[in-house]
Formats: sequence, structure tokens, C-alpha cells
Amino acid sequence: MKRQHIMAGSAIGLVLAFVVAMFGYSWLQERRLVELAAKPDSVFVRPHSPTYGPADAKVRIVEFLDPACETCRAFYPLVKDIIDLNGGRVQLVVRYTPFHAGADTAVAVMEAARLQGVFWPVTQRLVKDQRVWGADHNPRPDLIWNLVDGTGLNMRQAREDVASTIVRDRIEQDLADARALGVTRTPGFFVNGRPLKRFGEKELRELVLEEVKRAYGQSGVAP
Amino acid sequence: MRPLAWTLLLLAWLASLAGTLGSLFFSEVMQLQPCLLCWYQRIAMFPLALVLGIGLYRQDAGSVFYGLALAAVGWAVAGYHLLLYSGWIPENLQPCSKGLSCADVDLRLIGFLTIPLMSLLAFSLIIGLLVAARRQGVRA
Repeated sequence: MKRQHIMAGSAIGLVLAFVVAMFGYSWLQERRLVELAAKPDSVFVRPHSPTYGPADAKVRIVEFLDPACETCRAFYPLVKDIIDLNGGRVQLVVRYTPFHAGADTAVAVMEAARLQGVFWPVTQRLVKDQRVWGADHNPRPDLIWNLVDGTGLNMRQAREDVASTIVRDRIEQDLADARALGVTRTPGFFVNGRPLKRFGEKELRELVLEEVKRAYGQSGVAP
Repeated sequence: MRPLAWTLLLLAWLASLAGTLGSLFFSEVMQLQPCLLCWYQRIAMFPLALVLGIGLYRQDAGSVFYGLALAAVGWAVAGYHLLLYSGWIPENLQPCSKGLSCADVDLRLIGFLTIPLMSLLAFSLIIGLLVAARRQGVRA
């Protein structure tokens, strides 16, 4: 055999091994994430995480949410719609990812609201009136307290909780989980551990439908 | 080049290619960020794959010497990195306090094989093969 042929052959062999290892690794990684997502306490969901929809749903959307992010606001009704349309088969888990300036106060208020059982009315108010307190060029987290007054939140208790280390630690935990999962932009979606690879409403609906079909058979309602 | 010398050079080249692809696997596939010392070792390893490859193809005996120079630099940095990693050099002597720590152990294959150790083994292997190729008489 010519020397050049030996060279080419062995180089191709090494590169092939690299490619095989690459696909093998990402396959293993994906399987690991799917297994993790089925656990009650993992990087995908923590005991403190707020949820929407039934706990026994076999499909779980994990959303890394920044209440100051415009796209999160745009997706807020869409995600709710997906959950409602799937009647009991899909649950939403919200994770706190305050990437924007001022959002750290907002998520602390959301967690304080969760402790009082009024997470959703408070979150809805914050997201709806996002422009008031969370505009990119002029974040005004000081206005948050006025906004959430009247949502059923016990303000004195909430102020105490927002300042507590428990609430701060939970937000830190969520941010650490976001880092571990490589979430750098919001909203970050995972459906049963599978990341939304191409971002978009259609893509999210398709991914949810796929998982509903996988979990409940072919009779999935088109979301 | 004598057949045995050429074969030894081929093995050295394959080792450098494996080192290059391996380090790319860690950074691009496993998403482990290379620290400063890792980059210095890459600066020695990546060109080795090219220099030895071209030397092999053209059967140019001189490539052994160019390769040895690169491998020696990589070997020295890898040795320093391993000492830092295993705690022989105290942390306050680290050159890379900004950004990523070079002393954090992120990965350990089959129990003991850390990234700096793999790097040191690869450079040692390349140096050994190149020296052997030279002894076999690359000029003949």
C-alpha cells in the first residue's frame, strides 16, 4: 500500500471515530435529560417551582421565565392556551430566570406570592404591566409593589419574604439550574426534558403534541 | 525515509490528530470551556497535526525537528498544568485567576485520567515516537 493511502485511511478512521463519538454523546446526553425530567426534584423542577395544570399530567413543559422579557410576555397567553387545550395532559412548571435589570425584584415578589397561594394573579399582573416596571431602557422595579397591590397579596408578609434568604436561595437555585441546562435566553422551554431547539410558537406546539402522542397514544388533541 | 522511521512518524501524527480531535470533543461537544493553560497546550497540539501531516505526506525528514519543538513546548505546559491540577503548585501561583480556573477538576475518565494528564501523556508519546523516528535515521 502506498504511504499516502495509509495516511488517508488512518486519518479518515480517526475523524469517523470523532463523528461517532459526537452523535453517541449527544444521544446519551438527551436520554439523560429525559430521565432527569421525569424526577420530582431535578434541574428541571424543584419542590418550590410554581405549576399550572394537573400534577398527574404525563407531559411537563418547563419554562425558564423572565417576567421582564418581552418574548416571555408574548408567550404567556400562548403557553396558557397550550395547557388549557390539552385538557389535563400537560402541566407547566415555571422557573425564575431574572436576566433583565429589575427582574430580580419581580421574581422575588412572584415567589413571595407563591408562598401565599397567589402566584398566578401576581404573575399575570407583572407580565401584563411589564412595560410599566420592566422596560429595557428604563427599568423601574420600585413600581412593582404598587402594581401588585390589590391582587390579593398580603403586602407586609410579602415584603418580609422578598427580603428573606429562603426566597433568595430559591432564585439562585433556579438560575443555577438554568446555567446547568445551558439556558442563556428567555423564555427557555423544555418539554419532558427535550429542549425547544428551534424557537417559535409553532415549534413549541409541535413539540408538545409530539410528547402528548408519545405519552397518551395517537389520540392527541391538536394544540 | 526508512519504512520504520516513516511508520513511527505516522504514529506520532495520529497521536497529535487524536489529541486535536479529543480536545475539540471536550470543548465543542461536551461544552467544557478550555482554560488559559489548555489553550497554550492547544497552541502546541493543533499545529503538530498539520506539521507532522505535511511532513509525512511529503516524506520530509525535517518535520521531525519542527514537531519536536512544538511537542516540547506542549509537554512543558502540560506538566505545569498537571502539577497545578494535583495541588503541587499552590493556587496563588496560578497564572489564570481571571476567568476560568485551571485547577478545577471537571472530568475524570476511568477514575484517574484527567484532561492535563491525557495531554501530558499525548505529548510524551509524540516526543517518544519522534525521538525514535530520528534514531531510526529519518535522513536515510
